[in-house]
Amino acid sequence: MRASRFDATVLTLGFAFLYIPIVILVIYSFNASRLVTVWGGFSLNWYRTMWSNQGLMDAAWVTARVGVISATLGTVLGTLAALALVRFSRFPGRMLFSGMIYAPLVMPEVITGLSMLLLFVALNIDRGFWTVIIAHTTFTMCYVAIVVQSRLLTFDRSLEEAALDLGCPPVKTFFKITLPLIMPAVIAGWMLAFTLSLDDLVIASFNTGPGATTLPIKIYSQVRLGVTPEINAICTILIGLVTIGVIIASIGTKRAEMRRIRDEHVAARGTT
Amino acid sequence: MATVSETHTAKKPSPARWLVVAVPYVWLLLFFAAPFLIILKISLSDTAIAMPPYTPLFQGFGALGDFASKLDFENYLFLTDDPLYIRSYLSSLRIAVISTFLLLLIGYPMALAMARAPTSLRPTLVMLVILPFWTSFLIRVYAWIGILKPDGLLTLLLQTIGLLGPNEQVQIFRTDIAVFIGIVYSYLPFMVLPLYAALEKMDNTLLEAANDLGCPPLKAFWKITFPLSLPGVVAGSMICFIPITGEFVIPDLLGGADTLMIGKTLWTEFFGNRDWPLASAVAVILLVMLVVPIAIFQNQQKKVV
Amino acid sequence: MAKSLGPVKRKFSPWTDPAAVPFIRFENITKRFGDFTAVDNLTLDIYEREFFSLLGPSGCGKTTLMRMLAGFEEPTEGRILLQGKDISGVPPYRRPTNMMFQSYALFPHMTVEKNVAFGLEQDNLPKGEISARVEEMLKLVKLEPFAKRKPNQLSGGQRQRVALARSLAKRPKVLLLDEPLGALDKKLREETQFELMDIQTNLGLTFLIVTHDQEEAMTVSDRIAVMDRGVIVQVATPAEIYEAPNSRYVADFIGDINILEGTVVSTESALGAPGAVRIDCDGIAVAVEQECQAVKGDKVAFAIRPEKVRISPDQPAETSVNAVYGEVWDIGYLGDFSVFLVKLADDRIVRAAQANVSRLVDRPITFGDMVWLTWPLDAGLVLTR
Repeated sequence: MRASRFDATVLTLGFAFLYIPIVILVIYSFNASRLVTVWGGFSLNWYRTMWSNQGLMDAAWVTARVGVISATLGTVLGTLAALALVRFSRFPGRMLFSGMIYAPLVMPEVITGLSMLLLFVALNIDRGFWTVIIAHTTFTMCYVAIVVQSRLLTFDRSLEEAALDLGCPPVKTFFKITLPLIMPAVIAGWMLAFTLSLDDLVIASFNTGPGATTLPIKIYSQVRLGVTPEINAICTILIGLVTIGVIIASIGTKRAEMRRIRDEHVAARGTT
Repeated sequence: MATVSETHTAKKPSPARWLVVAVPYVWLLLFFAAPFLIILKISLSDTAIAMPPYTPLFQGFGALGDFASKLDFENYLFLTDDPLYIRSYLSSLRIAVISTFLLLLIGYPMALAMARAPTSLRPTLVMLVILPFWTSFLIRVYAWIGILKPDGLLTLLLQTIGLLGPNEQVQIFRTDIAVFIGIVYSYLPFMVLPLYAALEKMDNTLLEAANDLGCPPLKAFWKITFPLSLPGVVAGSMICFIPITGEFVIPDLLGGADTLMIGKTLWTEFFGNRDWPLASAVAVILLVMLVVPIAIFQNQQKKVV
Repeated sequence: MAKSLGPVKRKFSPWTDPAAVPFIRFENITKRFGDFTAVDNLTLDIYEREFFSLLGPSGCGKTTLMRMLAGFEEPTEGRILLQGKDISGVPPYRRPTNMMFQSYALFPHMTVEKNVAFGLEQDNLPKGEISARVEEMLKLVKLEPFAKRKPNQLSGGQRQRVALARSLAKRPKVLLLDEPLGALDKKLREETQFELMDIQTNLGLTFLIVTHDQEEAMTVSDRIAVMDRGVIVQVATPAEIYEAPNSRYVADFIGDINILEGTVVSTESALGAPGAVRIDCDGIAVAVEQECQAVKGDKVAFAIRPEKVRISPDQPAETSVNAVYGEVWDIGYLGDFSVFLVKLADDRIVRAAQANVSRLVDRPITFGDMVWLTWPLDAGLVLTR
């Protein structure tokens, strides 16, 4: 098969392109030498420097808090928005609403960041920790809405009707039936929102204030001054965290899949 | 069955049902839609050297008529006067168009190869494409600095294999080429995934039918596969083209002083020159340029849902 | 699963009693979805303890009608009375009806036990009472050993019974069953039909079932309403529906039937039998003993079930009426029956069924044989609709 050899080559080159820079970055975080091109032996030196860099550590702590709070708010709002999109076929301004869900996904960050900043100034709100959270909540909720929406579209409505039919009022039905069943999508949405918040430089730069310097802002200001292995070290840790998160998530999916297959076997055997 | 799920339940809006719509709606109106009106207004106001660096906005709604009389297109006139801005816009569009084309050129064969891979392998391949997306954008751009800079790894590699002399260096860093590399690298997952989604759901028997009817594989690709994947091509292109046009981080970190991109210009006006009204005007024009692509994107999404 | 012989049909016919009060009454119900009218000005009474079927093809409005009773849809016009009380506007979670869903709609994140207990928990019954009732229900559907399993660890038939147990647990005044056996294979379906009838009789409940399977409706129901495009065409007992369909639609929908279009020639006595109708079906003279509103010149249809048509190679004594002559065109062997497709001189096909009573027939009728088909005066029907 010539086609499959072509495919294999394309994929190998493509994934090499995607991963080699990251791998290099990780390797050089363990480089004893300060120069990128010189391998001075294995060292954890840069991790120590990083650890004692108070500014960097403070920024990491701010970023973690911003990430958790805005991802949580974004998940709540995004889940509601997804419900509104899927379950309400008609309400005034539905077009505008779905437009506002999709637009932030592609809107250049400089526009989103600047416009939100001007809102805060207009409302006379001091910029800082909470303005970054509001900004992040606003754009992450749209991603959550898309993720949860795709789950809701395949949701069997008769499950909810069955609960109503058995005497369970609508709000209780949502918490007892709908929410537990869409939970995997909600969690995925939260994780996506958290990483997006962790990752954001531009929107945070516009909306931050004194004492609310996030990690990307810190990294950016240092990167502008040149490549330092210290940045490689913190990047490696971030990559490591994300990789661990993804591995845990995929193990979870795999387990659920195995359980499903086992259940099907049980069901096939299970005669009276 | 005759259960049309539209107009599903009786029209008795309970408060809880309305909160579901109202809460995210109000949030988005306040924090996404309203800022655009403000940006429009500020772009029409004078620069004042006060802090905040523009003449105050809301002096109550009674001032609205007042505002209308003071409409001021000075900032926009300034944008058309100074060739820097026009060149920035054109350069942004040029870079976005070329990058999107490059992304298609690299992304399509990858997506096709993924879609043709054995079913058991596909989830892993999708995972491999998504994984870099989960790592920081900034980190991924940063990684390229170490590779592309004149005394970086690419120079070292080319010197080692003898393509460059010991005293020669790769002069890519801080040029448009570095910007293209950075953009293609960062946006590749966004291009591959929609293409893959379109290619993967294609019925394989269509190609078999084409072959059976005497159409050779390469021709079958152009007659069957490619036309059917066009929605994916449009979606992927829009998802990449729109944010690339306003990109800031990549031209700032990898591009040179002569790399003009409007996102960078806006950033400089805002953070460097502290001219907020002008920055707003720059943003408004950028938004106007992107209205058509965004409309295409929205339309595409609606079809998906 | 102990196979029941099926209940001996009790003497139960409240609908013939003018003094009986209907348990459920659909009163001039219309339901529109946009431009589409799903149910059109429909009126229907259902009596207590009745096993009632709504039968019709997809899109005839039967499911919509049931969903309006459950409270998932509100009628556009008209009202629904339950025990004489208007239940419009009462939300589904406050209605004394329970539904068994076509997809079963078992909660996948709860065990069998929890699924069955769900409705009882909503009523805040004491714990002991709930577990006692759950046990009783699981016993009723013979699923006690599976109480701790999740729905996806059960077979299709078991899931169906969990769904049944769950919908019965609250002892609803009316149990609604939406294509309850649609997902089961034929053999299991037949067994379950009898189980359903046993449960309905023993618990003394009113069952309303929606189905497109006419055999199922015939087996289980006290009465059947045949629906077509939002209206009820006929409401009657299974025997009446089969033997005396009121229209071409019902006749054609239920079982196998020959339909010959024709014109009424006379409604006076024919062949000396009083009250007979004479019809000319494009050259075939037909006489039917039936009270009929049709008058001379009306376009009507003559309908006759294949098993009521006699087939014989011998010429009958009387050939001028209720007799046709043709060639055996095809034979369908169904085991207990054989169906003969007989082609007349004008290419029309008439079907006749014959029970295969003996294994060896002296002179079997076979392809190409010329045969006579005859039927008595009271075998067929005149359909005016």
